[in-house]
Amino acid sequence: MDPLVAAASVIGAGLAVGLGAIGPGVGQGTASGQAVAGIARQPEAEGKIRATLLLTLAFMESLTIYGLVIALVLLFANPFA
Amino acid sequence: MKMLSLLHFDVLPLAKLEVGHHFYWHLGGLKLHGQVFLTSWVVIGLLLVASLLATRNPQRVPQGLQNLMEYVFEFIRDIAKAQLGEKEYRAWLPFVGTLFLFIFVSNWSGALLPWRVIEIPGGELAAPTGDINTTVALALLTSLAYFYAGFKKRGLGYFAKYVEPTPILLPIAILEDFTKPLSLSFRLFGNILADELVVAVLVLLVPLFIPLPVMMLGLFTSAIQALVFATLAAAYIHEALEGHGEEEAH
Repeated sequence: MDPLVAAASVIGAGLAVGLGAIGPGVGQGTASGQAVAGIARQPEAEGKIRATLLLTLAFMESLTIYGLVIALVLLFANPFA
Repeated sequence: MKMLSLLHFDVLPLAKLEVGHHFYWHLGGLKLHGQVFLTSWVVIGLLLVASLLATRNPQRVPQGLQNLMEYVFEFIRDIAKAQLGEKEYRAWLPFVGTLFLFIFVSNWSGALLPWRVIEIPGGELAAPTGDINTTVALALLTSLAYFYAGFKKRGLGYFAKYVEPTPILLPIAILEDFTKPLSLSFRLFGNILADELVVAVLVLLVPLFIPLPVMMLGLFTSAIQALVFATLAAAYIHEALEGHGEEEAH
């Protein structure tokens, strides 16, 4: 593989995961905080809130995972190699 | 396509990390990933044996395996009912349930079954859902299912949903049909592969005990991913059945 392409791919992979983690991180924090506030206000709804929260967190996490998939493609199945 | 074998360490005999190496079967002009087929067959066999054993001699008061399978059935039924509604869920229960069970057992088999003890020439056995081909197949099946559901329920009127609120959103509505399977498949594939990679890297660094909490986390996230896939499939089918315009309470 061309060393320039290899270096660019590795940097790109790092950026894909790193930048992709920022948004979902903020979002998950906000969602979890709101869920805790909801449980504190209404403890009897804890089960429902937790189930919804877990599902929502999985959705947000998948945004980072898209970045991770791109990183994996760049590292292991690079189309430009 | 050349694979960059960046992560091909062989430091300890216990821990080895391989990505992008496959056990190829050649069928005519096709190249198949053999290890995915082998593990999928094991998963399908497990599910078949479990359901046959559980339904072979049903008791009025369920015990043991029958009890477990009834609990699983009720869980799946609740997923379908919550998304599709009381009226529509029955017809789509087998599809949603098959998706959930196959993905769930596949994900857990990757963590719980000692696949790596079995040597195969090239590549290694792992969870079938950690291969993009499996997840894309499942996601495309989901696409087909919701198109079928829409056409069956509303005929050509199904296309009305593309221009329903306003025709300006037509390109986005069409794009949605492509992003749905894309995101479904990438989400599942990425999560499972990421789990296995994280565990493999940790095992590479510290072979004993330290990776255990991460493995537990992996079991948890893979169960959630199976739930997410089944829930989303049911939600897409429901959307195709209902259309955008006619919101109704259920």
